[in-house]
Amino acid sequence: AALKRRVRFQVSAALKEGHVTPTELCQRCLSLIKSTKFLNAYITVAEETALKQAEESEKRYRKGQPLGVLDGIPIAVKDNFNTAGIETTCASNMLKGYISPYNATVVQKLLDQGAVLLGKTNLDEFAMGSGSTDGVFGPVRNPWSYSRQYKEKSVPKSHSEDEESNWVITGGSSGGSAAAVSSFTCFAALGSDTGGSTRNPAAHCGVVGLKPTYGLISRHGLIPLVNSMDVPGILTRCVDDAAVVLGSLAGHDPKDSTTIQDNFTPFELPNLTDVSKLSIGIPKEYHAPGLSSEILALWSKAAELFKNAGAKVIEVSLPHTCYSIVCYHVLCTAEVASNMARFDGLEYGHRSDMNKSTESMYAATRREGFNDVVRGRILSGNYFLLKQNYENYFIKAQKVRRLIANDFVKVFRSGVDILLTPTTLCDAVPYMEFIKEDNRTRSTQDDILTQAANMAGLPAINVPTALSERGLPIGLQFIGRSFQEKQLLTVAKWFEKQVKFPMIQLEEVKRHDHNAFQHQKSASFS
Amino acid sequence: MAAAARGCGGVWRRAWQRGAGGPSPAPRGQRAVACNARGGAVPAGKSGLAPWEPVVGLEIHAQISSNSKLFSGSQVQFAAPPNSLVSFFDASLPGTLPVLNRRCVEAAVMTGLALNCSINKKSLFDRKHYFYADLPFPFIEGQLRVDANVSVHHPGEPYGVRTEVKNINSIRFLAKAVDYEIQRQIEELESGGTILNETRAFDAKLGCTVPMRDKEGKQDYRFMPEPNLPPLILYDAKSLPANMNHQQVVNIDLIHERLPDLPSVKRAKLVERYGILPEHSFTLLNEDGLTEFFENVVKQTQMKPKKVIGWILNDLLSYLKQHSLTLKESPVSSFLLADLLNLLEKKEISSTAAKHVLAELWKGERKTPLEIVKEKKLELIQDQKELEQICQAVIDGQENEVMAIKAGNLKVLNKLIGLVQRETRGRSNPVVVKQLLEKKLSQ
Repeated sequence: AALKRRVRFQVSAALKEGHVTPTELCQRCLSLIKSTKFLNAYITVAEETALKQAEESEKRYRKGQPLGVLDGIPIAVKDNFNTAGIETTCASNMLKGYISPYNATVVQKLLDQGAVLLGKTNLDEFAMGSGSTDGVFGPVRNPWSYSRQYKEKSVPKSHSEDEESNWVITGGSSGGSAAAVSSFTCFAALGSDTGGSTRNPAAHCGVVGLKPTYGLISRHGLIPLVNSMDVPGILTRCVDDAAVVLGSLAGHDPKDSTTIQDNFTPFELPNLTDVSKLSIGIPKEYHAPGLSSEILALWSKAAELFKNAGAKVIEVSLPHTCYSIVCYHVLCTAEVASNMARFDGLEYGHRSDMNKSTESMYAATRREGFNDVVRGRILSGNYFLLKQNYENYFIKAQKVRRLIANDFVKVFRSGVDILLTPTTLCDAVPYMEFIKEDNRTRSTQDDILTQAANMAGLPAINVPTALSERGLPIGLQFIGRSFQEKQLLTVAKWFEKQVKFPMIQLEEVKRHDHNAFQHQKSASFS
Repeated sequence: MAAAARGCGGVWRRAWQRGAGGPSPAPRGQRAVACNARGGAVPAGKSGLAPWEPVVGLEIHAQISSNSKLFSGSQVQFAAPPNSLVSFFDASLPGTLPVLNRRCVEAAVMTGLALNCSINKKSLFDRKHYFYADLPFPFIEGQLRVDANVSVHHPGEPYGVRTEVKNINSIRFLAKAVDYEIQRQIEELESGGTILNETRAFDAKLGCTVPMRDKEGKQDYRFMPEPNLPPLILYDAKSLPANMNHQQVVNIDLIHERLPDLPSVKRAKLVERYGILPEHSFTLLNEDGLTEFFENVVKQTQMKPKKVIGWILNDLLSYLKQHSLTLKESPVSSFLLADLLNLLEKKEISSTAAKHVLAELWKGERKTPLEIVKEKKLELIQDQKELEQICQAVIDGQENEVMAIKAGNLKVLNKLIGLVQRETRGRSNPVVVKQLLEKKLSQ
């Protein structure tokens, strides 16, 4: 059966019933990874260890003692999470060859549940970027570039090279994880989200991307970008799967003092039928400059959908939205400058051959180890942290951050349950076009719709909604109240059911499936 | 933790107006690096100026006694091999986060309470960025480190610019450094100079302070809040919310209850209970385990504590100091000492003999006091007749002295007593001997 196309729940059932073994599942995924290598979604494929884990899982299933729903399920992890014994590079020269001695808490939790770790996925260097194009291992290609849907809609050309030059980006910085999930090489993947790095690529790759509330999931072992905004992100093919993964990851970690102490109870998502008690807020500032008319239309249609189903849909205002990018720029670069200080070539990672003095070694190591983007942010950040600038930049930005967070508090207090917004300004652009602008410009443009949720620490989720005119995915975003993931995901699931986003039709995947497809109904929006 | 103390008025003011006492800074017009000797030239005509008030802030670094480090789970162990107690966080491995050590927080609160400080209910952590490898030598475990911050101002006016004085290695040097720096600042200001907000080092040999950082300008540490450690909130019984898990919280009041008696209270109790002098109580408390030793001896002997204390402080303690031993290493246990003092109290031996026995006990040959007394024949002669005979013999042999005594010079009696002691090799009770001699001489 076309197992890979199934969502994880179904696969779990299949595993339990013995229709497929963990080893078979693992092997198929590994083989698909090989044949989709051109996507460049993976930096490291941990074939040996994955097969071993699959074997162990198989033993448990034979005994009838699986560890849980995730037992035997192949997953992938963004390469900025520490994985013991498996290289962790952050797509940077600074950590090429770095093998961490410990697992990030979230990785350990997945492994403890029996998940099979296929490998580490590609990203922008140190998670800085919105395209997954700026890592040392090269850019990630959006699987949809090779979909029938996209090919059909592109201007017909006869050369096969055009497929090469036409491919579109995944978005970023968790592009590898999004591509991995989108191309069926795994059932779930971990990303990270600091300014939209999970939701953005999720939207472009047509998968579900969840950013949990800050403090819900441990960051221990996630190599930090901005400690006060980073969260581990979850990428899956459906909302139910995201809920299951969330259930296995959330909860207090003594190793991370920013996780909340309250007990977390994993939940199953109810099948919402009645949305009449829901109040959906449409923040007008999210009609941002550059928002494509296509996405604007889709957004409106979604609002209508809720209204017609009986929900209360109202326009709200988050007045400080326009300041979030510049505020983010100051706070992000300041924390980056601080966090990157540890990379001096002494304890681990790249060390330059320059040995005239300690200081020259530091300087050369960091110049050689970091790309322009990282170095640029370090310089900016140090500037903002200087005594003479601290008040005007850092403190000011903190105050603005408070205002942004308060915008949300006010809106949620006024009776709104969930906010509905676009996730991206437009669908995925071709790589050749994307690289015409620099990383900073791109990030500034692309983060506008996702960034504020990180400022406020709120949970947010991208739900694939429909295909664009170019045949590429468009997603919409739901933002919820702090720690109200259950409500957020319940609404997202309802919406997912309504829109019936189409399945990607990939040649490569087809070739792997000897049996018939399991066709899904096409999304009602396309 | 910093404690600030305002300069106490009169004495200092007087001293610093006249530039008296201690080495004074170089006179005006010279680069003040070398220090003049005592009583160096101070510009004339400066007396009669408004008095100065110094302000001294002490930054005291004391290592908390804990099993693990402040922010990482690693163990702490004195003199462990280098790099053997480094956790992933200590090695700054990417992705690791600091976790605050609860015991350290409690110890800090305890210390603050013991020093009668007010405890801040909310504390924040900052990151200090110090990139270069010119860190001062890491302070040795278990030693106290003190930096002194000094400034001067006229009463009623705002505080002056402060300097920080480092490299102070003892309490004695602390006093010297502070004194010097106060005087230096006053001299500087009275000559029309200014005080730089700088770090200075105390030079113990020369007894003065010198500027430390003469290279680049000030370091910009680019402080920023530590994002991985939420604010530390401490509670007391009043502020603790009802629904909060008490395991998760540091309660100042509970710690207060658990505080042992502070030294001043302990000392007062000792004085009251045992009738010893206040200065005795200081010594008892200042030596590790000595109070307990003393109390154990008191428990095991009939000798009054007022007398016991003499044996503890004069004999036992001086012996330990002489041989650089700690109380734990003492060959004489409280049991043995009590045994000895009992012999003395029961008048079975003289105090001279007791000291002799004690000296033997130091050898640590595991003999009891009684065994030593028997061995060395140190018992007081109990036989009255024997004593009388010896007294008589001494009287018979000292005609001149006897005559002097009978003539009224009673001091000479001591010589006779001394002779009896010698005859008996210290085995006679001088009080009894005195009585016997007096009786005989009056006949």
